[in-house]
Amino acid sequence: MSRTLKLKKGLDIKLMGKAKAEKVQVGKAEYYAVKPTDFHGLTPKLAVKVEHEVKAGTPLFFDKYNPEVKFVSPVSGKVVAINRGDRRKLLEVVIKADAENAYETVNPISADAGAEDIKACLLQNGVWPFIKQRPYDVIANAEDTPKCIYISCFDSSPLAADNEFALRGEEKYFQAAIDTLSKLATGGVYLGLNASTKGNSIFEGMKNVNVNYFSGKHPVGNAGVQLHHVNPISKGEKVWTLRPQDAVIIGRLVLDGKYDPRKVVALTGSELNETAYCEMISGANITDVIKPRLKNEVNQRIISGNVLTGTSIAEDSYLGYYDNQITVIPEGDEYEMFGWIMPGFNKFSASKTFLSSLLPKKEYKLDANFHGEPRAFVVSEQYEKVLPMDILPVFLLKAILVDDIDKMEQLGLYELAPEDMAVCEFVCTSKTEVQQIMWRGIDLMIKELGQ
Amino acid sequence: MKAFRNFLSKQRPKFQKGGKFGALQSTFNGIETFLYVPNHTTKSGSHLRDAIDLKRTMSIVVIALVPALLFGMYNVGYQHFLSVNELASQSYLEIFWFGFLKVLPLIVVSYVVGLGIEFFVAQKRGHEINEGFLVSGLLIPMVMPVEAPLWMVAVATAFAVIIGKEVFGGTGMNIWNPALLARAFFFFAYPSKMSGDAVWIADKADAFSGATPLANAAAGVDIPSFSSMFYGFIPGSIGETSTLAILIGAVILIVTGIGSWRIILSVFTGGMVMGLILNGFAVNPFMEIEAWNHLVMGGFAFGAVFMATDPVTASQTRTGKYIYGLLVGVFAVLIRVLNPAYPEGMMLAILLMNTFAPLIDHFVVQSNINRRLKRAKVNA
Repeated sequence: MSRTLKLKKGLDIKLMGKAKAEKVQVGKAEYYAVKPTDFHGLTPKLAVKVEHEVKAGTPLFFDKYNPEVKFVSPVSGKVVAINRGDRRKLLEVVIKADAENAYETVNPISADAGAEDIKACLLQNGVWPFIKQRPYDVIANAEDTPKCIYISCFDSSPLAADNEFALRGEEKYFQAAIDTLSKLATGGVYLGLNASTKGNSIFEGMKNVNVNYFSGKHPVGNAGVQLHHVNPISKGEKVWTLRPQDAVIIGRLVLDGKYDPRKVVALTGSELNETAYCEMISGANITDVIKPRLKNEVNQRIISGNVLTGTSIAEDSYLGYYDNQITVIPEGDEYEMFGWIMPGFNKFSASKTFLSSLLPKKEYKLDANFHGEPRAFVVSEQYEKVLPMDILPVFLLKAILVDDIDKMEQLGLYELAPEDMAVCEFVCTSKTEVQQIMWRGIDLMIKELGQ
Repeated sequence: MKAFRNFLSKQRPKFQKGGKFGALQSTFNGIETFLYVPNHTTKSGSHLRDAIDLKRTMSIVVIALVPALLFGMYNVGYQHFLSVNELASQSYLEIFWFGFLKVLPLIVVSYVVGLGIEFFVAQKRGHEINEGFLVSGLLIPMVMPVEAPLWMVAVATAFAVIIGKEVFGGTGMNIWNPALLARAFFFFAYPSKMSGDAVWIADKADAFSGATPLANAAAGVDIPSFSSMFYGFIPGSIGETSTLAILIGAVILIVTGIGSWRIILSVFTGGMVMGLILNGFAVNPFMEIEAWNHLVMGGFAFGAVFMATDPVTASQTRTGKYIYGLLVGVFAVLIRVLNPAYPEGMMLAILLMNTFAPLIDHFVVQSNINRRLKRAKVNA
């Protein structure tokens, strides 16, 4: 009983530099890192020291408050550096890879394994952090039984990787992950598919799932938005979400018995000479892949992830844990004379105050300039136009700003992740730091009410 | 240009905390960001930001006001020469020029006083200068009678900016529309300069009646034809007489999405409905005026397009906007027809609904909350 839902609200930011649908071969990176900062709210505790030999799947650190949640090495090799930041905050555990990858042995999950056995296996072998929980968009708590597990099979964010292309050939692993995960939730696994791929999607052959189709503009591809329409989260309920490429990694653990975090990464953005897809291992150093492709015309910003929710990283840094996309855009750290009054053919705006709104199909080369200064909330109903949910975002943000837990709960914080509100942050005239405020609310909720 | 930019960059340290002119930081920032969009880039959250900012939003409103302002200037000259019976001997340009010279001082006073206070407060509080007054500063002279004494305009502006806005925390925090508050202050503090028939026409000849259509209607005298009120060749506050010019502004606001068409439409609907109701129970000549005349008389159109749509003081929810707009329209006509002491009901209606907008929003928000609770119960 699949449904097709048309969502009217949203915003597609049309950027130049979409990844060409071809896979290029890249050499195996020499260095890899796992970054505790990829996991919101995590207090890591190290399990290794510099010079330790590790295999792919050996725990590097674990969650201090949930020691069973382990974060493992993506490759075999030697720990060469443990980088710390201010107040000794753990930033990176860096591994120098062996030429030949050796894997930790995994006790296979038997076909009739119960939920507890499955959880134990996923936790022990480092794939648990792929599973996030709603509310709050943090790593799932293994003691819960969610009402369903939700996978949005398409990503609608700007320049996102096309999973239909990237995951072709991985169907059996995806199916294995579904079969395993469906034993963990009372309501089974839900998939959200792009309505435009109806009839020829690689995800349509999946068994043991509830499928729904969605059409619309970003953030239609976000699990939070889709859940709001098919299985909304009320107080006390939990839903687990994960991304398709991460499900495939779980599938490899189940079928092949090893932690094999290879993923197909989209190299995108207007500042790359050549956009493409390539296979990388989670946490791989990006230098060899990105550096030869940079245009180097202006100051550039390299983002692990997409332009709305990704993390800005250095040229010699590492791919993020959840990311399957690298975007390079101009930094835009330049002044613009009377920029606020110019007609603006080359500026993209959700408002219709620039002449570029006369060119609906145009693709833009946008930079990371702030385009103004922060102000109090002035314009009304701006967020509502880009958030396809029955939620009043500004009222929610105001509730967060005054730490009013009751109101946050009532206004729908359980249903929203910061990533769902990223496009609100983009359109905001007052340049409000929406995602940061959302995290503030989530942190307060977790502190006061528990995860 | 590059040299100028470098010059500015070189000056900036002097205006920062600890610099020679550290106290003038806000002023420097205000001027610099007016000249250049700053080179700040995103630090957290979304890496891209929309090209729009508050400066551009406000500029669009100012542009939308220009047709009404230019027509207002022309009409000031037109009414003057009409009253002294010299209309035939003047060229269009001379008529406009007369009005221009009459109106310009009002605009200058409003901006100087308002921005002066705005800069001072920003400096004191150490925050940025907000753009809100760019619009308010132009709205204030446009809702004044042309003969308003400049010092009174200055006092009214100061009142509106300080009591209406800054005490609440500046742009975005205020409860009432500052420009209307200035007019309301003026109206109650100096009623003789804001009503009657002597203030609406510059240097009027004594024998000529300078009453506004609203005053005529209240007195039971015939009002001008619908078309002359629509085009705006009537006495009245500077910017409000021509519904046509105001509608051009409305089109600019609606096309750019800056003004809410929902509010504009529902204000006009509310006024029309109330006019028709009054027609139905008419017991005096004012109640008998055909409903559509109310939409072009007095400040109705101006209020609907430029005042009621102020996003800060209007309702902020979609449903709320319809209710808010309808009630503004209803109350404007109700007050103007049934309360002879206040000929201009629009101003009071909008201020009243500004007060109640948060209450309307409260109910809309509550209904959203209830929907969510109900859904949870259905599931459980």
